[in-house]
Amino acid sequence: MNPDNYLFLSALLFTIGAFGVLIRRNAIVVFMCVELMLNAVNLTLVTFSRMHGDLTGQVIAFFTMVVAAAEVVVGLAIIVSVFRTRRSASVDDANLLKY
Amino acid sequence: MESLIWLVPGLPLFGAAILLLGGKRTNAWGHLLGCLAALGSFALAAGLFFTMLGKHGAARSMHQHLYSWVPVPGTGQHPFQADVAFQLDQLSVVFILLITGVGSLIHIYSIGYMSHDPERRKFFSYLNLFLAAMLILVLADNYLLLYVGWEGVGLASYLLIGFWQAKPSAAAAAKKAFVVNRVGDVGLSIAIMLMFVTFGSFNFGTVFGTAGGASKGTLTAIGIMLLLAACGKSAQFPLQSWLGDAMEGPTPVSALIHAATMVTAGVYLIVRSHAIFDLSPTARLLVTIVGAITLLFGAIVGCAKDDIKKSLAGSTMSQIGYMILAAGLGPIGYAFAIMHLVTHGFFKAGLFLGAGSVMHGMDDEVNMRHYGGLRKYMPITFGTFFLGYLAIIGCPPFSGFYSKDKIIEAAFSKGGTSGWILGGAALLGALITAFYMTRMVIMTFFGEKRWVPDAEGHEPHPHESPLSMGLPMLLLAVGSVAAGFLFSMNSAFVNWLEPVTGPRAEGKLPGGLNSTTLSIITLAAVAVGVAIAVVKYGTGKVPAVAPRGSFITVAARKDLYGDAFNEAALMRPGQYLTRTLVYTDNRGVDGAINGLAALVGGTSGRLRRLQTGFVRSYALSMFGGAAALVAAILFAKL
Amino acid sequence: MSLPLAVADQGVTLAAGLSKTSDGEAFQFYVLGAVAVLGALGTVFAKKAVHSALSLAMTMICLAMFYLAQGAYFLGVVQIVVYTGAIMMLFLFVLMLVGVSSADSLVETIKGQRKLAVLAAIAFAVLVMVALGHARLGTFQGAGPANAGGGNVKNLADLIFSKYFWAFEVTSALLITAAVGAMVMTHRERLVARKSQKELVEERVRTGKRMTPLPTPGVYARHNAVDIPALLPDGSVAEDSVNATLQARTPVRDAVGLTAVTRENMALPHQGEAPELENASTNGAAE
Repeated sequence: MNPDNYLFLSALLFTIGAFGVLIRRNAIVVFMCVELMLNAVNLTLVTFSRMHGDLTGQVIAFFTMVVAAAEVVVGLAIIVSVFRTRRSASVDDANLLKY
Repeated sequence: MESLIWLVPGLPLFGAAILLLGGKRTNAWGHLLGCLAALGSFALAAGLFFTMLGKHGAARSMHQHLYSWVPVPGTGQHPFQADVAFQLDQLSVVFILLITGVGSLIHIYSIGYMSHDPERRKFFSYLNLFLAAMLILVLADNYLLLYVGWEGVGLASYLLIGFWQAKPSAAAAAKKAFVVNRVGDVGLSIAIMLMFVTFGSFNFGTVFGTAGGASKGTLTAIGIMLLLAACGKSAQFPLQSWLGDAMEGPTPVSALIHAATMVTAGVYLIVRSHAIFDLSPTARLLVTIVGAITLLFGAIVGCAKDDIKKSLAGSTMSQIGYMILAAGLGPIGYAFAIMHLVTHGFFKAGLFLGAGSVMHGMDDEVNMRHYGGLRKYMPITFGTFFLGYLAIIGCPPFSGFYSKDKIIEAAFSKGGTSGWILGGAALLGALITAFYMTRMVIMTFFGEKRWVPDAEGHEPHPHESPLSMGLPMLLLAVGSVAAGFLFSMNSAFVNWLEPVTGPRAEGKLPGGLNSTTLSIITLAAVAVGVAIAVVKYGTGKVPAVAPRGSFITVAARKDLYGDAFNEAALMRPGQYLTRTLVYTDNRGVDGAINGLAALVGGTSGRLRRLQTGFVRSYALSMFGGAAALVAAILFAKL
Repeated sequence: MSLPLAVADQGVTLAAGLSKTSDGEAFQFYVLGAVAVLGALGTVFAKKAVHSALSLAMTMICLAMFYLAQGAYFLGVVQIVVYTGAIMMLFLFVLMLVGVSSADSLVETIKGQRKLAVLAAIAFAVLVMVALGHARLGTFQGAGPANAGGGNVKNLADLIFSKYFWAFEVTSALLITAAVGAMVMTHRERLVARKSQKELVEERVRTGKRMTPLPTPGVYARHNAVDIPALLPDGSVAEDSVNATLQARTPVRDAVGLTAVTRENMALPHQGEAPELENASTNGAAE
């Protein structure tokens, strides 16, 4: 098997995650799909690191994880405060920018 | 004396300025100032004439340079130099005497005629303005200054025709006169431009001196353009439609401007520019054709009009046609054109003043069918009118006989087929002139009374006019009687003008005719015309309402469809063009702009639907964009 | 899955033997890859949010396995500890807080969203895979050179604390900011003073609300399970003794049957009468 196949798997996972962002209405599930996309990218980075024999890819993946953690913290805090005021966790309810 | 030339147009100009700028304050004495200015100008003109008589030959030409108007230094080969300078030679002195003389008489006449008009002062200011402009026209020594005077008389004519501006027909007539004149003015400006390009100067001396060096084509073009200008100002075919309508103005205006002076400016122009016409046979032929056509045109129109002033207008058109015909015949005709111009000035002005007197007595009624038997009530008017009538039909020994006869003779002596045609036309014109003038006299002064009460039911009480109106008429009658004889004594007039018009060529009459025989034939034609008119109007009853008449009568009443033709050929297409352009502007240009705005608005209206406010649709467009980006990179790299 | 060759036309020689993985890894890849994809699909299509979270956790663990297989040992462990263990659990906690019962309706509110999303996803996937297939991916080195001389953890530490030190510091600042920000955002400021117990009691009495605490589940019932309702002194079922969420999920267990059995056991002759007690001496002694 060609080790490059990991890249295809990663692309597939990314696409599924993107599709989930577009389809789901629950804010937390959307968030989870975003995490899925980040994970797919991490897989790509690690594969490239193995391919080039260089640890740079793994360093990037590491920092990505850290930042993803920070992002989850803030994002969930936002969802919680939105839920507290509006009693709804639906993404479609935030449509004040409608024309 | 030379240094006083500028005062001749200057006095009326000051008069006009004072009266216009002074306004209502000058109402009490305005008319007197106007008359004084005109009389002063006449006195000066007479003085200049006598000074000129004392000199001989070439010294008779006096020149005064006032100031350099538009000097454009060093513009290449032909520097542009326009001066205000006056030239007084034998031709212009004749004109200034005519203009100031007849002008002063008409000023005096207007004191009485316009006494009931509250705007009399303004009337005199316009008359003075006219005098000043006409005098500049004939005294100018270069074409550009002549053009200034040309435009000035056009302006004065507009102001005076539309003097009673509250009357819509008067305002429309003034506009029509101005617009038709404009067509002629375009001709004059093009001629001046051609002259500058060809000769490098506007000065009469330079242009006429170097005229021989220009090409035939250029000279013909200049000649045709000058003819166009003359047609406009002198109401010749095809620019004749405005003269009939111009009768809307007060009668003194019709007498002065549209009989004696302004309409003769075209003849002056052609005679003055004879050096150019002498070198271009084509242009000259065209001049004679125009003259001949208008001669008959005016005469036919004059036959059918019931309005006394419009009939006289047709007569004016016809007589000027004679003058233009004579001017177009070349050296054999120039002097006679001017002679007829002067005699015509006397008797036509007299006829118009007489008509004004009749109208004054008949409560401003102009329809001749409502006149009749007036000679007992207005003897002086009848007397002067009758003398003018005899002059115009060419009855010897009155003035018209001498001038008109000579023109007919000159026409026949042109030779060839054109000589026969032109002479025949002139002869026929004399017949018709006799007919319509006799008709006019009979309908107005003879026969039974056909007076009708006016709109308020007042019966007309015809009375003789006051002295201020009667005196000018008498003086003009004297001119109508004597002028022709005096001019022809020893060919005095012709010899006087010879230094200007060039040596007079003797024409040979064709077919064994001699001048006496021709005079007899002419008189016979005149007699026939008189007889027809007497039979038709003198013996039978004149119907109170105009009968339908033959198709020529109907056509003549409609000015031989001149207006109808202008409307169909020029006005309607012009209106259509304007409407199309406005439509194009509204729909096309504005439509494009508005359409663009609407397009932008509509597009943005559609596009804003993209802003749904939903995060998921924004995410979709982002994702779609990412896919497009990958596709672009992929296909770029492939 | 196709096996496109990643060899460029310019004849880049690959190190022999390193362009293929071992069979074991291949097997692991295909199996765990399928599981990961299933987990991803589960995340996207599960009806209940908790199921989505758990599917995602499954995918993440598969990915951790992949990291370990590719020689990124540190990253593999961190994936499990940090990502799956901390982040996904955080997700689950917030789910509980926010609304585990709020299920998405299947009806799509935005017109054309589903079709266009499918179209975009398929297009994107196809395009990326084609791009990857055509890409010249360079000489394959393997994880060996990366992990040489000290192992994966040491080499990684060397890089982070020397070459990428600045990124490290900034990222740590970011983490602190995120934590503080989350606290600030979810902090609820008291708008009215907290009611003291005295005030609470007065309020309850005034409005006529329930004075006593809620009955705990299972009291006087046969079982003391959380989902079995308590019985009131007169033998009726106390509805508010079972958590509302549990009531929503599963129907309350046979309350009537329990009532019958319990009454039998307590030998209550009829409702409203005081029960006869076994220790009559106690009653007598109380006189």
